[in-house]
Amino acid sequence: MNTQLRRVSTFVLLMFLALFVSTTVIQFFQQGNLQADGRNARSIYASFQTERGQILVDGQPIAYSEPVDDRYNYQRVYPAGPIYSTVTGYFSVQPSAGGLESELNSFLTGNSDAQFLDRLNAILTGRDPQGASVELTIDPVVQQAAWDALGDNTGAVVAIDPKTGAILALVSKPSYDPNSLAVHDPDQVQSSYEALLADPGDPLIDRGIAGDLNPPGSTFKLVVAAAALESGQYTPDSTFPNPTSIDLPGTTTPITNSADSNCGGGGEASIATALRLSCNIPFAQLAGALGDDVIREQAEEFGFGSSFDIPMPSEPSQYPPTESEAETWLTGFGQASVRASPLQMAMVSAAIANGGTLMQPTLVESIVAPDLSVLESLEPQVYSTPLSAQNAALMTQMMVAGVSNGVANNARISGVEVAGKTGTAENGQGEPYTLWFTGFAPANDPRVAVAVVLEDRRTGFGNLLAAPIARSVMEAVLSR
Amino acid sequence: MSAVTASPPIDANAGPAFTGSIRIRLRTPSRRRNLELGLLLFAIAIGLSALVLAELGALGRVEPGVLGLAIGLSVLILAVHGAMRVVAPDADPFLVPIATLLNLIGIAEITRLDIANGLTGWDAFGVRQVVWSAMAVLAAAAVLIVIRNHRVLQRYRYVAGFVAIALLVLPFLPVIGLSVNGARAWVNLGVASFQPGEIAKIALAVFFAGYLVTARDSLSIVGRRILGFTFPRVRDLGPILIVWVLSMAVIVFQRDLGSGLLYFGLFLVMIYVATGRPSWVVLGAVLFVGGAWIAARSLEYVGGRFYSWLNTFDSDLYDQGGGSFQLANGLFGLADGGLPGTGLGRGNPDITPLAESDFIIASLGEELGLIGLFAIFVLYMVFVSRGFHLAFAGQDDFGRLLGVGLGFVVALQVFIVAGGVTRVIPLTGLTTPFLAAGGSSLVANWVIVALLVRLSDSVRAQPRLVIDSA
Repeated sequence: MNTQLRRVSTFVLLMFLALFVSTTVIQFFQQGNLQADGRNARSIYASFQTERGQILVDGQPIAYSEPVDDRYNYQRVYPAGPIYSTVTGYFSVQPSAGGLESELNSFLTGNSDAQFLDRLNAILTGRDPQGASVELTIDPVVQQAAWDALGDNTGAVVAIDPKTGAILALVSKPSYDPNSLAVHDPDQVQSSYEALLADPGDPLIDRGIAGDLNPPGSTFKLVVAAAALESGQYTPDSTFPNPTSIDLPGTTTPITNSADSNCGGGGEASIATALRLSCNIPFAQLAGALGDDVIREQAEEFGFGSSFDIPMPSEPSQYPPTESEAETWLTGFGQASVRASPLQMAMVSAAIANGGTLMQPTLVESIVAPDLSVLESLEPQVYSTPLSAQNAALMTQMMVAGVSNGVANNARISGVEVAGKTGTAENGQGEPYTLWFTGFAPANDPRVAVAVVLEDRRTGFGNLLAAPIARSVMEAVLSR
Repeated sequence: MSAVTASPPIDANAGPAFTGSIRIRLRTPSRRRNLELGLLLFAIAIGLSALVLAELGALGRVEPGVLGLAIGLSVLILAVHGAMRVVAPDADPFLVPIATLLNLIGIAEITRLDIANGLTGWDAFGVRQVVWSAMAVLAAAAVLIVIRNHRVLQRYRYVAGFVAIALLVLPFLPVIGLSVNGARAWVNLGVASFQPGEIAKIALAVFFAGYLVTARDSLSIVGRRILGFTFPRVRDLGPILIVWVLSMAVIVFQRDLGSGLLYFGLFLVMIYVATGRPSWVVLGAVLFVGGAWIAARSLEYVGGRFYSWLNTFDSDLYDQGGGSFQLANGLFGLADGGLPGTGLGRGNPDITPLAESDFIIASLGEELGLIGLFAIFVLYMVFVSRGFHLAFAGQDDFGRLLGVGLGFVVALQVFIVAGGVTRVIPLTGLTTPFLAAGGSSLVANWVIVALLVRLSDSVRAQPRLVIDSA
């Protein structure tokens, strides 16, 4: 019997060995993965146990934590509510996504690698650990101006300092109040969240950097014109035939200029005139002559095809390969499969404004630890150089003419030279239009580049509705 | 030797009973009882400290209620220890302290969960657990006092077998039968509900031990050799088939996968130890795997257990009612505990459903950490090894078989529960011995303690005496 007993003893030992191994794997080796799982409510409770850092604009908090007497210890408060929700996102008892609350979570909770020594110090001294504060590049006056100017429209405004890439305003409408998702009752959070999800206005989407991108329409002519100048084969004075209607190559589908007329009179229209008056026919021909590869290369230098972590990742704007010459013609005025975010179009203007050099866009001015040591601070970084300084100056001249003497005249600011380009993009037969404006001011020493998009418009056009909003935002910057 | 055992009473100091030149010295029992007392006081100190820490951690203060009850329970166990000095003076000194420590740690964690869930008074699982523990300890004492010689049980082997079957049928009777969480394994006694299957495992162990001692010759000698294994004759397959059918019936009709596995595993190990034939294990494994496979294919709840085991983090399954939410959250809790644990009362074990019963291992792993779980597993290993030790050292085969059976049933139950919680095997609903909330489980496991104490007392009391010729 003893042989059997020894074997059974070994078997029991193996059973316990299996338990030693399984618990070690779970509690030691897989610990990180399990804690990082978004469904792990314990990690959410833990994230409330430290005093989360503030998010500040111009020294004033737009998100801060207030001690409360419940399981979560701290209540997150968003004093400005919906104005900054696209920037902050929300910090919730449910796993949340998007916004700086999520992207900079490790800094805000004090768990980033840079805060390791501080954490250790807090443990050793028995002090409650604290998160780092994040100071944003947003200018509250510009943000407020953009919020007010956008009114009840569905759309977005992005304003950038062209010299640094610092984002001065990022507004998307419809918006939502992040306080409604920061309550500590998970059921209430869930019902608020579901109501926002069901809202046809999609308030949870940040239209400034993400969502379903829009065709950029005539604002894309800036990219095509830049590609033409950079190719060395064209100048602003290069001309194209100037009919009132022209069939797309290989088809009998006619395209026209927006006013169903020719482009400023005469048998030939120059690139400068076509840009100033936003004529489709010359730009369609120019796009055909350049070819889609040349245009795509230029577009990608402006940032198309790339995601920018501002630090929320932006949706990459698209210029996919065209399948026919007819399609390439359509891309000449930003139709067919071209899609762009307002951030992207603001970056096109910013690159032109900054002498052809595109700066990496960002929202973060600095991250400051509780002991006031600076963990990170904005160091302007060059993303690319899509234009030579000379061509940037030529582009600026054409854009200034568009505002002072062209179809973007609603962006005029008295006493200041403004450069700009409008767009009224079609989304298909019978679908509402997307209205655009992008530009910068002052033209000689730019302080702000801006892009405005208005979605789902059945009436109006870019110059009528989008340009005045951009003007208000630029005026807000210039008045600082 | 027979002359010595046959002449009562033996007095260690009574020299003149035989001849003046032979002195008989029996091992002194008091040293073992004193060791037990020391260990018991140590266990009570740790257990009550755990309860105080758990209340401080979860509540910030100590409630006198449960602590008072737990002190009362500790006094009761000390009283049983006192009784053992009379009725089982030679018993193993580790069994009662280990059971006591596990029982008190369980009470501490259950009370901590009651605090999180806002349960007080008779609604609190912790309060009921202490009361049940007291009843279980009294039941154990009764077993110790009534059964003065374990061989009596051998005489009642068939009674034990019928009792086991009757207990398993109880939940199906009208009025008193009760389904809990889908398993029809409960009996409603009016004031409380009871899981007769827990008691049935003891009856089965007694029955198997008694039956196998008498039948093992016919089960082991004859047979045919196939592939190096000597397989039994078809006519000898009756018992294993009956136990297999019984286990399958538990799985199919009671919807209790864990108990079915427990009973069949117990039988396989005992028949292997009794006959020394690995072929029984092979045969049994084939039968059980075949049965489990059919059950997984045809029974939704068994198939679901397997699916949850393999796809625990699948998001659809996680959100689905009765899906993998519980299993995944148990793992989240374990991960949160990590190596040192969050500290008693400082974690969030109450997120996991059934944290006080089926998932007590996950709750303890969260708050006591990997280190705490290792300590708990080691306690179980020592406990089981005491049962196996009896099987090695025992003199009668019935006692040896019963010792290995009772030890193994505890080991297997720990493995089935903890393995289910930690994804070694699919999750089944069984209680963790001594730790989990549940009266029937406490009574059954304390009765196992009593039986092992009785066995160990008679092993030590065997006249292994030293005869000095002076």
